[in-house]
Amino acid sequence: MIQNAVKSREAILALAILAMTGLIATRFPGFIRPANLANVFNDTAPLIILALGQMVVILTRCIDLSVAANLALTGMIVATINTVAPDIPIGLIIAIAISLGALLGAFNGILVWKLDIPPIVVTLGTMTIYRGIIFLVSEGQWINAHEMSEPFKHFPRATIAGLPVLSWIAILCITLFAVIVARTPLGRAFFAVGGNPNAAVYTGIDVGFTRFMAYVFAGALSGLTGYLWVARYAVAYVDIAGGFELEVVAACVIGGVSIAGGIGSVAGAVLGALFLGVVKNALPVINISPFWQLAISGSAIIIAIAFNARAQRQKGRVILKTAEHAT
Amino acid sequence: MLASSQAIAAEDGNATAVPGKLLLSLSGISKEFPGVRALSEVSLDLYPGEVTALVGENGAGKSTIVKILTGIYQPDGGTITIDGEEVFFPTAHAASDAGITAIHQETVLFDELTVAENIFIGHAPKGRFGLIDTARMHRDAKSLLERIGATIDPGARLRDLGIANRHLVAIARALSVDARVVIMDEPTAALSHKEISELYDLVEKLKADGKAILFISHKFDEIFRIADRYTVFRDGELAGSGTMADVSEDELVRMMVGRSVDQIFPKQQVALGEEVLRVSDYCHPSEFDSIGFSLRKGEILGFYGLVGAGRSEFMQALFGITKPSRGTVSIEGRNITINSPADAISEGIVYVPEDRGRQGTVIGLPIFENVTLPSLSRTSRHGFIRLAEEFSLARKYTSRLDLRAASLDQDVGNLSGGNQQKVVIAKWLATEPSVIILDEPTKGIDIGSKAAVHEFMSELAASGLAVVMVSSEIPEILGMSDRVIVMKEGRIAAELTGEGMNPESLVRAAAGIAEAAK
Repeated sequence: MIQNAVKSREAILALAILAMTGLIATRFPGFIRPANLANVFNDTAPLIILALGQMVVILTRCIDLSVAANLALTGMIVATINTVAPDIPIGLIIAIAISLGALLGAFNGILVWKLDIPPIVVTLGTMTIYRGIIFLVSEGQWINAHEMSEPFKHFPRATIAGLPVLSWIAILCITLFAVIVARTPLGRAFFAVGGNPNAAVYTGIDVGFTRFMAYVFAGALSGLTGYLWVARYAVAYVDIAGGFELEVVAACVIGGVSIAGGIGSVAGAVLGALFLGVVKNALPVINISPFWQLAISGSAIIIAIAFNARAQRQKGRVILKTAEHAT
Repeated sequence: MLASSQAIAAEDGNATAVPGKLLLSLSGISKEFPGVRALSEVSLDLYPGEVTALVGENGAGKSTIVKILTGIYQPDGGTITIDGEEVFFPTAHAASDAGITAIHQETVLFDELTVAENIFIGHAPKGRFGLIDTARMHRDAKSLLERIGATIDPGARLRDLGIANRHLVAIARALSVDARVVIMDEPTAALSHKEISELYDLVEKLKADGKAILFISHKFDEIFRIADRYTVFRDGELAGSGTMADVSEDELVRMMVGRSVDQIFPKQQVALGEEVLRVSDYCHPSEFDSIGFSLRKGEILGFYGLVGAGRSEFMQALFGITKPSRGTVSIEGRNITINSPADAISEGIVYVPEDRGRQGTVIGLPIFENVTLPSLSRTSRHGFIRLAEEFSLARKYTSRLDLRAASLDQDVGNLSGGNQQKVVIAKWLATEPSVIILDEPTKGIDIGSKAAVHEFMSELAASGLAVVMVSSEIPEILGMSDRVIVMKEGRIAAELTGEGMNPESLVRAAAGIAEAAK
């Protein structure tokens, strides 16, 4: 029943995105040309990738505010490596970015797991620490396009079957996470830990370790995005993706991932990110001020939360009814 | 002791506190919950300046009557009178306005507030502009605390106080609302000897003040020391009442349990197999001490004790949730180490917790995912869950338990309490354990589901499983167990078998009363 509600919530979100796209098309028909839609998707790809990682963290009743700082730090480090040793192949660069991101995520996870510090405090702290380290690594200097090697910059932009590599990586991540979440014991543990941590303990699930793994996933995806971001925009500096973590959390919330944990889906997170992506890309072309864009994103978050809260209340009523029969 | 306390009360000249004149009276009170009759036409009288002890087994209806007195529950029938006038308590506020206050087992106070704020929360003295008059609040708190002989700084944070001082704050709070009736629900449960004797002094002061006190306790020594009158509940009915001077320990015990085990339990006689589990010298720094026993195939071993005797705490340590400080466990003669629930499950020990909602099911996940949660390693290949195998495993065990559900896809949150219990048990059976620990398996479920759980437990034992059952219900423990271990204050107080398994021995061992002189 709840699953049906989740599915219908995703359907509603998909419809909202379609309706919005249709509305924009009446003002600016060019928006729905396939090439432009592919552009919008490519533009939203980093948000989608990060939302996937954030989703599993939120599923376990945690949050990761350090994803954007992780992205920026990893991006700066791989860019620095590239300037020092331009011959290192892209495959290795990507492996370094993913491992480094995972390491930074693991640091969050260890603090949450072993020291039992509230996740919001941990990641607020590491967010600042990671940004600080970027400054130390770069000494406040920018790394510009001319300092990066051609293959380094070109990789995310190369096209395969009409879509840029960046888009393909997002699609790969979506597929991978869909499988992990639905079909592995760890994926099931994310839901169990968030849905009822006490019951999870009695079931033999290590709640701390499960949360740790969620942070490692979120970190690995941040690291990967770090390289893609820096390469795509061909620039690395301290403040890249500043404040992006909030957009990532917003994508999850709009996509129906419950901040209280235990409820969410890959499809929801992706749709939430796409919704924000369409808003961001469409409004400027139909001459709506960027301030409206913020207002629309904000309203979408509140509407989504109100919607989720209502769904949860309905759930609560049913439970109460059965509990009455039980006593 | 008795005579002197009555003398103190008698000397008190307060008009509202004439001993012997009824202050609060409940008569014919009934309360029914779906499927359970919690109270049936009970009565209870409280007198000013006197302590009335309310005695009864777990589930006798003591908490229900306290909740009716404090306006949390409303009775289905019967009347409550104060000074001869009928009163109604539709809300907790109404009861509090009528001068009834309760001091609970775990006192409900606020850690981060000061003593004075705790005492006056909800009715703080107001000064100009409707703001709280802090100076007056501290003065009043100080005088209240002095009245009960406590030397606590009203400005201290509650967090920094010990349990005994917290009780004093709770009592001061009770006095601050001009209470006429004070309910004390097992107030000595967490206190040391010195603190207990201070509490007794305080009760004497309250008596001298003309308060009517309802004292709920399992400890016979303190009932005889402190109470003037007694009322005994048994299975939601009045089993007796009178003055302490006219009653003996033996008579009280008989009133508490006074019934044979007449309920029919579907216990099958099973030939016991070889030893499966042996626990020796299991200790914990604070919860239990030197617990040792063995368990054979096909056996149902009951664990009885009062609330707080350490039964669940021991079981949780055995299951790897908490760590013991010492002790060994062996399964089929092989010594094992249990560091986590996952270890226990892989060694074939499973634990069905008492609190289904909090510890049992994951609401939001469908039935089949709940059932297979601890068995995912068996339904996966190469790290991927195989949905078909998952479904067939879930179907196998839920149908064995006769689970009533529209589909296994359904959210467990939509099932009734009895059916949720079945999901939890199915979940553990699916791990194919050799020892199953059931903690209060029938608590809070309706009678029909209870019988089904009992029958199933019996079948489990017959199929060769070793069962440990923690229960506070005497008929259940006597009706279902082959052997009973009684725990008291973290230690094994008695092990009862055969003829020794009778209600009186259980109650005596659990409360620590010497065997009756026959």
